[in-house]
Amino acid sequence: MATGLTLQNILIALNGHALVAVNTHVSHGDILTIMGPSGSGKSSLFAFLAGFLDPAFTASGRILVDGDDITEKPPYQRHLGLLFQDPLLFPHMNVAGNLLFALPPEIKGRAARDARVEEALLEAGLEGFGARDPDTLSGGQKARVALMRTLLSEPKALLLDEPFSKLDMNLRAQMRDIVFGTAKRLKLPVVLVTHDEADAEAAGGDIIRLDL
Amino acid sequence: MAGARFSKLGPPLTIALLTIPLLAGVVGTVLPAFGYLPALGGNMFSFQPFQMLLAEPGLSRSVLSSLISGLGASSIALIIVMLFLAAASAKTLARLTAAISPLLSVPHAAAAFGLAFLIAPTGMIARIISPELTGWQSPPDVLIVNDAMGLALMAGLIAKELPFLLLIALAAMPQIPVRQSRQIGASLGYGRIMGFIVTVWPGLYRQMRLAVFAVIAFSTSVVDVALILGPQSPATLSVRLVSWMNDPDLSLRFVAAAGALMQFGVTLIAFIIWLGLETVGGKARQYLASNGIRFVHDRSLRTAGICAMLLPAFALFGGLATLAIWSVSGLWQFPDAWPKNLTLTGWSAAFERMIPPLVTTLTLGVVASLTAGTLAILCLMREDETLAKQSFVQRHSLAIIYLPLLVPQAAFLFGLQFMFVTFQIDGMFFSLLVVHLVFVTPYVFLSLSDPWRAMDKRFLSVSAALGKSPWQSFFKVRGPMLLKAILSAIALGFAVSAAQYLATVLVGAGRLTTITTEAVALSSGGNRRVIGIYAMMQMLLPLLAFAIASLIPAYVWRNRRGLSGS
Repeated sequence: MATGLTLQNILIALNGHALVAVNTHVSHGDILTIMGPSGSGKSSLFAFLAGFLDPAFTASGRILVDGDDITEKPPYQRHLGLLFQDPLLFPHMNVAGNLLFALPPEIKGRAARDARVEEALLEAGLEGFGARDPDTLSGGQKARVALMRTLLSEPKALLLDEPFSKLDMNLRAQMRDIVFGTAKRLKLPVVLVTHDEADAEAAGGDIIRLDL
Repeated sequence: MAGARFSKLGPPLTIALLTIPLLAGVVGTVLPAFGYLPALGGNMFSFQPFQMLLAEPGLSRSVLSSLISGLGASSIALIIVMLFLAAASAKTLARLTAAISPLLSVPHAAAAFGLAFLIAPTGMIARIISPELTGWQSPPDVLIVNDAMGLALMAGLIAKELPFLLLIALAAMPQIPVRQSRQIGASLGYGRIMGFIVTVWPGLYRQMRLAVFAVIAFSTSVVDVALILGPQSPATLSVRLVSWMNDPDLSLRFVAAAGALMQFGVTLIAFIIWLGLETVGGKARQYLASNGIRFVHDRSLRTAGICAMLLPAFALFGGLATLAIWSVSGLWQFPDAWPKNLTLTGWSAAFERMIPPLVTTLTLGVVASLTAGTLAILCLMREDETLAKQSFVQRHSLAIIYLPLLVPQAAFLFGLQFMFVTFQIDGMFFSLLVVHLVFVTPYVFLSLSDPWRAMDKRFLSVSAALGKSPWQSFFKVRGPMLLKAILSAIALGFAVSAAQYLATVLVGAGRLTTITTEAVALSSGGNRRVIGIYAMMQMLLPLLAFAIASLIPAYVWRNRRGLSGS
């Protein structure tokens, strides 16, 4: 049985026009980059994998995570970590609240959960930021909290939708290193959707180019 | 998904709740209008009720004053809003809107009382200018309020519809490229008003159309405002319906039913006339635009537009202040502009009698607005789950939510009351609740749907990806983030419920009364102190609801910058 993320004969169409056809496998610790201009269907592929594809599209094929077929599962049972171009920290929770929200319920007990969150903050270089209002953080800090939030939910794979495109130039390279480094270290299969060549280069994995 | 199964109930439940009373009301109106009402001995269909109706003295004048005051007030209010939006700069607009929007929560009856207390011969204006300017030592014998032309009625309706239409327009503005359109208009050499009318207004009006028709339906069939400010002999059709309905001579119930059907026709005719006016207005605009009429020198019209918006607002504030003074006044003789002494004896005397209607108002308002809020949330959740998967019918079925805003209340409430009486469920809390929900739900849904749909759906994607079910996502993410919008929708629902006059009078059957029905009932008595007290209460209740709705999120999210601004 193949481990990692398998995209088996995936075909997404809109009004009978085929947009995307993908048949590939992403092993643990590998990064698959999907490149293409806007309108090429890369966002539709991302939405299909995450489980949010607009019903106007028709899609066929299977998505397997470590051999498990998740194609028909609702988004909240897929165990896929998502990162968008905005950090999307929940504005009504503090930083620690955002992280606690992500932590699986299997980790029980206030102390154990707090400790896990504290550890994650330390790892992100944000020690003591738990009580902060997310809106008061800098762009880079927000991006790191968003990454930690995703990782704390213990995803089986990562889906990244242009996660660096809104960051400043210098911050962008730094965040690439952090995200890709962490994914490799945790041996997560990653699908990266982007239109930025530099992202693809830094990812260093297979590249699928979609055309209009 | 348990969550999906529950929210699936939302749309059918809501539609049933709104359409069943409407249909029952129409049936209950049509049958007796054609003579069929076995309880009162009407076993045969006939045109007799209509013959009796047409024989009523002054009927045509009643119909005309309903039509003219309703349509006139609606169109004048819309024109004022248009000129105001065209004339005001962004800064003026923001400042004045903040000042005017609280007026939206003032119940119609309270606003009408305020205006009456201001402009009547014994009113505040006459007192301020007398005797110095007028020489009046006693109030002049002229009919200002309740004038035969219905001018006071129109003024009251205009003053109350202006804030509503203005806020509807402002809510629609962000969907239109207003600034760019105005810049293009200006760069082509158009005056501010003409540029606005040619470039911005057509798109804006399209968004406001439903609200405009709702205003017309309301204004042509209003009862409480017409009772307080409208002409008296003959009164408007809607007011006469109520008196036929409450007449001890039971045969007049048939006339009331026929009259209710006629009221439906009056509103329908008003709609048709309005459709014609829309066409004429559109043609006129096209003519001006295609001839390149730029109307550059529009300064005086701009000033007029702003004044026309401000004057009714000032009048309402002035009227409400007058009500407040009356509620605590001791001896206050004409032409004194201020009472001899201020006292709370009126309040303490009225308070005990006020408790039962107050309790009914609060319970009814709270239960109705919370129920409507729940229904609106369920419908909106269902909309998210099924978006684009729906058939045409499903997608448009929720438009039924707006139906109660377009059907004149007087036309189906009488029939509904017939039905309730027939099944002996009139005067019961549950029946009254159902009728209130018919009017509360559309407003709650309208108010919540925009912020609900505008929320960034990716927050919900993130929440789902973190393993949270739709219901967990609602309670932990969407609900808290939309707390302010949800609470203000519920507060609006409470305000709508508390302001209901006709529905409460008819279905409450005298056993259940609210502050609003008591206040309107007092209007004929003319005791200004007591009217002032009830009108103040009427005004304070919705204000309280809105205050709670804005204070709770402000307190809960006081340390959350991302939510305090929105």
